[in-house]
Amino acid sequence: MEKHLLAPGHAMCAGCGQSIAARIVIDEAGPETIISNATGCLEVSTSLLPTSSWEVPWIHSLFENTAAVAAGIEAALKHTGKLDRVKVIAQAGDGGTADIGLQALSGMWERGHDVLYVCYDNSAYMNTGVQRSSLTPYCASTTTSPPGECSMGNPHREKDMIKIAAAHHIPYVATASVGFPRDLRRKVKKALDIKGPKYLQIFVPCPLGWRHETKYTYKIGRLVVETGLLPLVEYENGELASVRKIKEVKKVDEYLKLQRRFSHLFKGTEECRTELENIQSLADRNIEHYDLLLK
Amino acid sequence: MFVKITSKPGTTRGNETGSWRMGTKPKFLRKNCIGCGLCALICPEGVIDGKRKKTYYCDYNYCKGCGICAEECPKKDILMVEEEEII
Repeated sequence: MEKHLLAPGHAMCAGCGQSIAARIVIDEAGPETIISNATGCLEVSTSLLPTSSWEVPWIHSLFENTAAVAAGIEAALKHTGKLDRVKVIAQAGDGGTADIGLQALSGMWERGHDVLYVCYDNSAYMNTGVQRSSLTPYCASTTTSPPGECSMGNPHREKDMIKIAAAHHIPYVATASVGFPRDLRRKVKKALDIKGPKYLQIFVPCPLGWRHETKYTYKIGRLVVETGLLPLVEYENGELASVRKIKEVKKVDEYLKLQRRFSHLFKGTEECRTELENIQSLADRNIEHYDLLLK
Repeated sequence: MFVKITSKPGTTRGNETGSWRMGTKPKFLRKNCIGCGLCALICPEGVIDGKRKKTYYCDYNYCKGCGICAEECPKKDILMVEEEEII
């Protein structure tokens, strides 16, 4: 059996998208890597004291200061002349990135630390019981945005973290999905070959919080890209550098139907149809904005 | 007072998560396998391995039985079978 740098026996759920992505990231980075990990699913389930799944130096910081801790590690490596051999990765979930850790992250980008920041976007606070985060998509049901008589789920659109990152003029910003693992691997390699701050946001389906069958993790990771809801893009120095084109565009219904967090949209009422059209128009707008269609 | 809060690397290998399976496990038929390696790449536990086509296998001590490998195998060469079946 091939030895991975993220060992099995961790407590992530069956079919967890994040465990696929995290393993690909660390295997690509290699053993000469130091990880600073925010609080979140990935942290609690891979560091059950007194055990650890990690085969590399790994530190759990807090929700809010992951990027600051990584910046400190980078500064120390620079001072001791080891930065050319050792890579630094900071990793967090969507809550730790877009809500709680955004201030420290913005500072790390602005100061230009040579760190790859990876955000595993499972679109809510899954570790604490599926509360809405600012990367939760429009109309998704979570425990703090339940659908009912007065609501159709999350009333807000997710933050565009990619454009926030690109606005810092950092050398590399990209989105990836577990549905495209080889594309993810290439982006990790590319990012680690670049000096300076990098941001990679990986879409990781969560069978627990999204309430889909565990076997559909990979399929959902592909459908989100093929519908246009998640454009796979790369920004270099603040400018759009590349997009992954879609051969055959799928309708958003196909993506939404697999997940019970969107099941309230399929009750057939007028309101449901309006919201489905709204979600479809978000995807269409992405396709137009990033010119995603393969011609 | 000092409290030891560090852990040794890779020590979760002691937790055999295979007991999590809910009644089904993957069976590698090794008939139509083309050796693409997709199952190994996307196994959430990282416990599928193989060197070339028709050699892929998984470590049932850790497999949580999510079924992604069987769902995504392009040649449908992996089946989810009853836990009791002897492989």
